[in-house]
Amino acid sequence: MAPNASKIERLKELRDKHGRTDGSVLPDPADPPKDLRQAQPRFRGLEAGHRACQGCGEALAARLVTEAAGPDVMISNATGCLEVFTTPWPQSAWRVPWIHSLFENAAAVASGMEAALKAQGKSTKVLAFGGDGGTFDIGFQALSGMLEREHNVLYVCFDNEAYMNTGIQRSGSTPHAARTTTSPPGKARMGKRHLKKDLLSIISAHHIPYGASTSVAYPADIRRKVRRAMEIQGPTFLLVHSPCPLGWGHDGALTIEIARLAVQSGLFPLVEMERGEVTDVMPIRKPVPVANYLKAQQRFRHLFAPDDPRALQEREHLQALADYNIEIYGLYSEEADPLDTDGADTVRRGGLAN
Amino acid sequence: MRQALEGSLAVAKAVALCRPGVVAAYPITPQTHIVENISKLVADGDLETELVSVESEFSAASVVLGAAAAGSRAYTASSSQGIMLMAEVLFNIAGLRVPMVLTCANRAIGAPLNIWNDQSDSMAMRDSGWIQLYCADNQEAVDSLIQAYRISERTELPVMVCMDGFILTHTLEVIDIPEQDKVDRYLPPFAFDRRLDPSDPISLGALVTPEFFSEVKHSQHAAMQKALPDIVDADKEFKKLFGRDCGGLLAEHGDEEATVAILTLGSIYGTLRAGMEAHKSRKKVKLIHLRCFRPFPEEVLMAALDGVKDLIVVERALSPGLGGIVGTEIRAVLSTARKPPRVHNVAIGLGGRDVPLDMFSRLLEALKNGSIAEFSVFDADLSRLPEEDR
Amino acid sequence: MMEIRIHGRGGQGNVVAAYLLASAAFEDGRYCQAFPAFGAERRGAPVVAFVRVSETPILQRNEVRTPSFMIIQDETLLHEKGLTDGLKPDGGILINSPLSSEEISERHGAKMTAIPATQMAIDNVGRPVPNVALLSAFLELTGILPHGALKKALDERFSGHLLDNNLRLAHQAAKAVTKDLWKEKADAASA
Repeated sequence: MAPNASKIERLKELRDKHGRTDGSVLPDPADPPKDLRQAQPRFRGLEAGHRACQGCGEALAARLVTEAAGPDVMISNATGCLEVFTTPWPQSAWRVPWIHSLFENAAAVASGMEAALKAQGKSTKVLAFGGDGGTFDIGFQALSGMLEREHNVLYVCFDNEAYMNTGIQRSGSTPHAARTTTSPPGKARMGKRHLKKDLLSIISAHHIPYGASTSVAYPADIRRKVRRAMEIQGPTFLLVHSPCPLGWGHDGALTIEIARLAVQSGLFPLVEMERGEVTDVMPIRKPVPVANYLKAQQRFRHLFAPDDPRALQEREHLQALADYNIEIYGLYSEEADPLDTDGADTVRRGGLAN
Repeated sequence: MRQALEGSLAVAKAVALCRPGVVAAYPITPQTHIVENISKLVADGDLETELVSVESEFSAASVVLGAAAAGSRAYTASSSQGIMLMAEVLFNIAGLRVPMVLTCANRAIGAPLNIWNDQSDSMAMRDSGWIQLYCADNQEAVDSLIQAYRISERTELPVMVCMDGFILTHTLEVIDIPEQDKVDRYLPPFAFDRRLDPSDPISLGALVTPEFFSEVKHSQHAAMQKALPDIVDADKEFKKLFGRDCGGLLAEHGDEEATVAILTLGSIYGTLRAGMEAHKSRKKVKLIHLRCFRPFPEEVLMAALDGVKDLIVVERALSPGLGGIVGTEIRAVLSTARKPPRVHNVAIGLGGRDVPLDMFSRLLEALKNGSIAEFSVFDADLSRLPEEDR
Repeated sequence: MMEIRIHGRGGQGNVVAAYLLASAAFEDGRYCQAFPAFGAERRGAPVVAFVRVSETPILQRNEVRTPSFMIIQDETLLHEKGLTDGLKPDGGILINSPLSSEEISERHGAKMTAIPATQMAIDNVGRPVPNVALLSAFLELTGILPHGALKKALDERFSGHLLDNNLRLAHQAAKAVTKDLWKEKADAASA
């Protein structure tokens, strides 16, 4: 670092060095570039070359989140795959200041970082990253405390619906009937007996300024929601659905497709909440049968056993859960919508920032 | 300025003198008065700090970790069950080599539930990698706290300042609160080379595989041992500015030619000293206050025990199934001594049991008549237990 | 060194009484120590606090078992077995009671000096907290500290009307006892 370079200059330097464009700043709105990719000087907070599995949804989601958040951030990362595959000492894939302490304290460490920045009069945004284990379960108390105390932190939960880092054990986020190593199907059981915890509603009950669910299948949606959260002075929360090819049992090349099916079937609704109220949803024009989503993953294979009457019963149960989401969030819509599940990921990529 | 102050208020004032950027704590008896007084200082505008009132001790420790990592001087305090809940984070802080200071208002650990003083909590954190300083009185609790920041920030090791709960925290006595300008001279503004900074990003807390882990642990151990002269130096420099010290690594009182020594940690030292003065003969006897328990001051202790034939280690905790904690460590350390003293080990004052003035005489008497065991809970009345539990 | 034990009930300002007495001693240039017998007590439960006053630094931290003086903030505490145990043979007991010193001494078979501290507190401060009245009476009886020291200690703790009311209360309580009645006891205890 140049000895007297100001922080702003230094941040620009980093953006130039690690960004994928030539470092030009935001495009002129009056003359938008034809290639929408060029509209975003994409800062790479998470560098390539880390040790995630092929097709890892979390790695992609984390890259998208840090790209949208930019370089003036600090990350507090819970123990989990993301931490393990990005920082095998002495290597690190992070281009932003990053700390990993423990499994269950990412939100509390982030609270402390934010308090320190406040004390120092700095505007750097603090991000906290956790998986579903570190967020839904063991780190939930620290997260609730962080939200209640209104720390200016964006907490991002990369939800792959089980303890993948330790080898696919059930979590509070694992969907009903899914197979994990601690909820195996057998004569007496059909996978996980309980429902997926409705975390977003619990988060929303903290009446924080902004909380949303998003999916790695919709990069533009992730970016828009991250930017939205970055602008807010206060606690914000993002739940990012991130398939795990290993844990879910699908080919690494199908990550995006499977994530998209979760949204299009209604099983993983993409919603936005402000101060406890639902303010927006990503509509579904043609709801996909839940069976299509389930069939693509080994973790639900027992639900398609031909001679097992319980299989059909559980499939119907999961379809009912999806139908319920579609109903209560009003996901079904016949009208075209810029946030449409059919369009957002293909046609309008990058063009939705509001 | 000399004032008649409750220990907890004095500690809160000392915290304010150190100008922490972030204070995070969760209330627990007997630490409560410390955080209440800090909250009052903040409310009155006498302390400018980000006070984070967290939802658990676990988060308190995590918040101060995040704060120090992000470049602010940080403070927390706890006791007993709170220290236990913090345990995972405390080991983590030490492993990350992030500097900070914690006051442990020593209290017993349940079950059975007991809110009173002993040192089971900080002793349970013996291997956490924190420097541990024990305070004989409230003046030391104040002075050690200020010294602790200097030590911590020079060594990048966290420091736990241990003061006996209630016996010190809730006692009003005459305490000299240092002047701000002198503390400012003694304690430079917080600096931490590995702080998180977007303009110079680093990753803290990486995964370390077997390929490197042993080296990391070795360097942590070496850093603790290298901290010994820093602890001595911090006390010496303190004396230059403030005219008093805490005895460095350990304090001694009594006959220099002593053949009998009684060693303890914390506030029992004062009661033993008073007991010694009231005792008919104090020839050939001395008291040792082990101020610095981690890192363990092996060399200084060996020197202090030169010529001592009988050492009684008095501690306020025990390791069930083994006996004393400090006593056992001292036995191990002395195993390489040329003429090691016989080590007798007692636990007293557990769970707040009053340590009376005549404890000094009783210990010497027990030594004289040979009734002092290798280890015993010395003040337990075994007649109150059923036969099979004695 | 003089040792004093203060008995009261949770909510009567027992610890504050001990702290005030010790603070007053400090204001008068002595060494002092005050601490409660730490209990998990709720309002109304019996509580104890200890005070030491000395010309030299105080080292010990054990509970006071053989006090020279006892201050009892609630007469009903006398029903507790062994409450006055350990009091030095030439010690003194100051008690809060609407009864006269003679009546209460006779009733409990021990010599005590009584003042109606609760009523005095209600009259002057509007709250039934007897501690300041008892402390003031104690200083008047023993002469161990000038009243100015208590005034300074009160000044540290209270302000405005509350301070004025407490000072008036202290004045009234002092007049309710015989000046220097325990002076010899106090001198002996301090020696």
